Amino acid sequence: MGMDFGKVTRRRFLLRAMLPAIAAGAAAGSPRLSGALAAVRSVSVLASTGPGPIPVTLNVNGTAHALRIEPRVTLLDALRERLALTGTKKGCDQGTCGACTVLVDGRRVNACLTLAVMAQGKAVTTIEGLANGEQLHPVQAAFLAHDGFQCGYCTPGQILSAVALIAEKRPTDEASVREWMSGNICRCGAYPNIVAAVRDAAGARS
Amino acid sequence: MNAFRYAQAHDVASAMATVAADPGARYVAGGTNVIDLMKEYVEQPSLLVDITHLPLRAIDASARGVRVGALAAMSDVADHAAVARDFPAVAQALLLSASPQLRNMATIGGNVMQRTRCAYFRDVSQACNKRAPGSGCAAIAGVNRQHAVVGGSEHCICTHPSDLAVALLAVDAVVHVRGRAGERTIPFERFHVLPGATPQRETVLEHGDLITAVELPPSAHARSSYYLKVRDRASYEFALVSVAAALDVTGGTVRAARVALGGVAPKPWRSHDAEAALTGRPATAATFAAAAQAATRGMRGYGQNDFKIALTQRAVARALAHAGGAA
Amino acid sequence: MTALVGAPVDRVDGRLKVTGAAKYSAEIAVPNLAYGALVLSTVANGRIAQVDDAAVRRMPGVLAVMTPANAPRVNASGPQVGYPVLRVLQDDLVHYDRQPVAVVVADTFERATDAAAMLRVRYDAAPPATRMNGSSAYKPAQVHGKDADTRKGDAEAALASAAVKVDNTYTTPVEHHNPMEPHATIALWEGDRLTVYDATQGVIGARRKLAAVFGVPTENVRVVSRFIGGGFGSKGSSWPHVTLAAMAAKLTNRPVKIVLSRPQMFGSVGHRPRTEQRVALAAGSDGKLTGIVHQTTAHTSVFDEFVEPSGLISTVLYGTPSLLVTHRAVRLNTATPTYMRAPGESSGSFALESAMDELAYALGVDPVELRVRNDTDRDADGLPFSSRSLVQALRAGAERIGWSRRDPRARSMRDGNLLVGFGVAAATYPMNRSAASASVQLRADGSVLARSAGVDIGTGAYTVFSQIVADTLGVPVQRVRMELGDSAFPIAPNAGGSTLTASAGSALKLAALDVRAKLAALDGADPASLASVNGDALVAILRKHGTDAIDGRADAKPGDEKKNFSMHSFGAQFAEVRVDPELGTVRLARFVNAFGAGRILNEKTAKSQYIGGAVWGIGMRCSSTRASTSGRAGS
Repeated sequence: MGMDFGKVTRRRFLLRAMLPAIAAGAAAGSPRLSGALAAVRSVSVLASTGPGPIPVTLNVNGTAHALRIEPRVTLLDALRERLALTGTKKGCDQGTCGACTVLVDGRRVNACLTLAVMAQGKAVTTIEGLANGEQLHPVQAAFLAHDGFQCGYCTPGQILSAVALIAEKRPTDEASVREWMSGNICRCGAYPNIVAAVRDAAGARS
Repeated sequence: MNAFRYAQAHDVASAMATVAADPGARYVAGGTNVIDLMKEYVEQPSLLVDITHLPLRAIDASARGVRVGALAAMSDVADHAAVARDFPAVAQALLLSASPQLRNMATIGGNVMQRTRCAYFRDVSQACNKRAPGSGCAAIAGVNRQHAVVGGSEHCICTHPSDLAVALLAVDAVVHVRGRAGERTIPFERFHVLPGATPQRETVLEHGDLITAVELPPSAHARSSYYLKVRDRASYEFALVSVAAALDVTGGTVRAARVALGGVAPKPWRSHDAEAALTGRPATAATFAAAAQAATRGMRGYGQNDFKIALTQRAVARALAHAGGAA
Repeated sequence: MTALVGAPVDRVDGRLKVTGAAKYSAEIAVPNLAYGALVLSTVANGRIAQVDDAAVRRMPGVLAVMTPANAPRVNASGPQVGYPVLRVLQDDLVHYDRQPVAVVVADTFERATDAAAMLRVRYDAAPPATRMNGSSAYKPAQVHGKDADTRKGDAEAALASAAVKVDNTYTTPVEHHNPMEPHATIALWEGDRLTVYDATQGVIGARRKLAAVFGVPTENVRVVSRFIGGGFGSKGSSWPHVTLAAMAAKLTNRPVKIVLSRPQMFGSVGHRPRTEQRVALAAGSDGKLTGIVHQTTAHTSVFDEFVEPSGLISTVLYGTPSLLVTHRAVRLNTATPTYMRAPGESSGSFALESAMDELAYALGVDPVELRVRNDTDRDADGLPFSSRSLVQALRAGAERIGWSRRDPRARSMRDGNLLVGFGVAAATYPMNRSAASASVQLRADGSVLARSAGVDIGTGAYTVFSQIVADTLGVPVQRVRMELGDSAFPIAPNAGGSTLTASAGSALKLAALDVRAKLAALDGADPASLASVNGDALVAILRKHGTDAIDGRADAKPGDEKKNFSMHSFGAQFAEVRVDPELGTVRLARFVNAFGAGRILNEKTAKSQYIGGAVWGIGMRCSSTRASTSGRAGS
């Protein structure tokens, strides 16, 4: 009597069965596809990779890493589970907490909703790439000084987000910092200290 | 997530040919909606076609308005001077959406295509006619605080989550689409469809169609537009009710009006009733109150969302006051 | 004590946290690791009718599908296993929504989670009990070691004859802890020795439970939790996924990692139950309470018991000649509730303090004054408080928020079109202490190694313990290496219930003093002569005798202070709120906290704790209630 709506769909297994046929058809220019392609003249269907592991090269903190991973691997899981770069955290895995915030070509994004294969050719910056040897990044130092963390789990994401906020030249009054940091949540509730740390690092006048 | 094949497109024609040829193929751009839905198994494409390398990112401002490439990021559109100046509701709606990280990732095209946040839609163990046609709608007799008060049907009472879409409606945006037959334009009001008996259909697009741009035509009412978002939290949350109001007030009289609502319907909701109560009338609080009342015509609650009707009325009045320059 | 203890010392683990170098449980590198993914029930009551695992077993990378049919047998309940009773595939019964019904193990995270999603499970579902009103309440045999009911005098009679009274029912919704770090466990077996890297607030308790569950000696189990991403009570108990990880490791003969997804965090890791509390206050026209009635009903699961002790706060906060406090429980098809930040105090203070506000209005007395008038120096059992600064906190907080500006009439204060309101509430939390041991080693190179099994859950334990040891030995705090969170270390209680600092901190201090005593013995000196020399002098003794290191050890336990005193922190909190009367939005403008919490060991980390608690309280007020007709919690 228990119902299981769409958890496993016939459509999905059907598609899985169809995959080899479609791929073969596409390669051979089969009549089955000619109707769909007719209006597009002689444009060919793109070659695809996967679903098994494919070569993916990630540039992280200035170092290139050659991986073999399935297309479905997110940038977050590539960092944490394949590259042992565990500084970037998984809080929700669905873009609602910001713990996985990294910089891609200098812009802050959620790594959990980014496919690793789509981050190829871009410069990824994680928390491990901020300090200069022993010398902490000013934002890291500010978080230390203002106690902008407790358990520390949201902290790398907060710091990356703050680094980006400063680079974006957002206003640094308290209300603006709260708004521009609102994509990073903290269950320990360190918010007042986080805001103080970000404002300090941004050189805000209090 | 299911295992899938990945293809990277560098021209529009190949991207379209690839998706059109495969009913299991989906475009992926920012990924903030499709990857999220794949993790919940709401969507299970067998092929993702990456369109982020297509030349559709430009934001071009001219005397003919602003043409926003479909791949332009929400954050870039929000920060664009011409958008903020000539279509303030659009910039405001964008800045009130999501989070800075998500706005860097998500594209304009993806944003208008995004799917409902209904908890039953997103939970494959629950009845949902949109996700699994014929299975029922668990929201109607269930937890429906976030759900629609107008435009729904006995099959579906979801709400459309996009703030941007509400603002686009109020500024008469036009969607540029490339399909099998070539290029076509779709006035934004006709882009989304109501669920009716087929809630699985959300837009007028065919499989394989690709949004190439969203055009914002210049107008006096667009230049005097305002977006109001009412939500429980102060940030990083979807709307309970939102309003995009655009008013052309000349000599104290409303020459043109647009009132669009979010959070109340399965698609961004244009209130022609409210607009009829505004056009040609003096731009006063009394007129705005009448229009706000008219905006709730036809609304009904489902038990936990009844408050949205009164909230719509108050939010419309507040938004009109801002758009009319009075607030 | 010198200036070190109490000083706002920066966290000693801070650098690790801001550089991403601190390793949390899911991040420990273990060779040959396999990934486990839970399959959770989608019905709240019934039994598993069928599991179709044939197709899933053939999916790439799948190593095993563990179900009640093939799961290793373990002890899931009983006096040795204790709370919580574990639903870990030992039978086919389903008692709550999101109960684990299978575990899929595969070689990658993606393959394990995909295979778990593909597993078809059919249920014979029965109607679940989900509503408190529809079910009968019972009186628990005990509520956290105390009787479920407390009676002093005749409170109902006081109500009947009161000059002024208020009598209302307050409800608090189900709340989920949702620490930023999802629960995570890596389990590996070497023969019959089990090692577990687990996000837990207490490695000693976790070790004891796992040993009982698997029927192995305690010495065979090691639990490590050096950094955890928040707990708030949810990681103070060992939940099914921990045992399931170890069971899967046994089944597959590989180390297995299970990390809960965020939706899974609404399942088997505890929650604060919904409470319905009747609070009635009787008072004379002078505002002095003549009776308090505080009756709480909360839910528990159908297979285990946890009672939210909301009424206990009424035995502490105010003086009253008569008191009736009761606790009742209702069994529902939910997961078992658990301790959640201020268990009892947070839900109970909402009800009691709301009632006090209502009483203030009924009396026409200022809400701060009303609380001051009902201050007391004894608890409901007649024990004197060891210290109590409620009145000071109320006065200091009132001054800081500008309480004198407040106009008590409803809707009387505005800021533009926004309504302005002020609120006050009293706060209290007990002080607890348990037995603990510690080791402190002073080395000839001047460094110090100190160890305790206690866990720093973000409170600042690493730092405060380093301060205590450094202060006692007279060394700079940077020279102390404080190691925590390993069951191989000297025992300590859970980080919970405001217990750890007093317990392990005392043991560490004694262990450091033991170092001094041993050095005195080594040097043939009178211990008194070494009592206040600094660390350099102590190190000099080591070098003089050619000794590399000296090991201090101590066991500490509470005395009988709780027989003679009622020991609690007290405080007051004030809020200034703005409400948009048209749109109904509520925004907090300012929040002031004043606390008297005994000796503050680190001003910086203590302040952060108070801020965190305030944010929790504010969030509690702002969270919306999620009703559920099916037994499935909204997420």
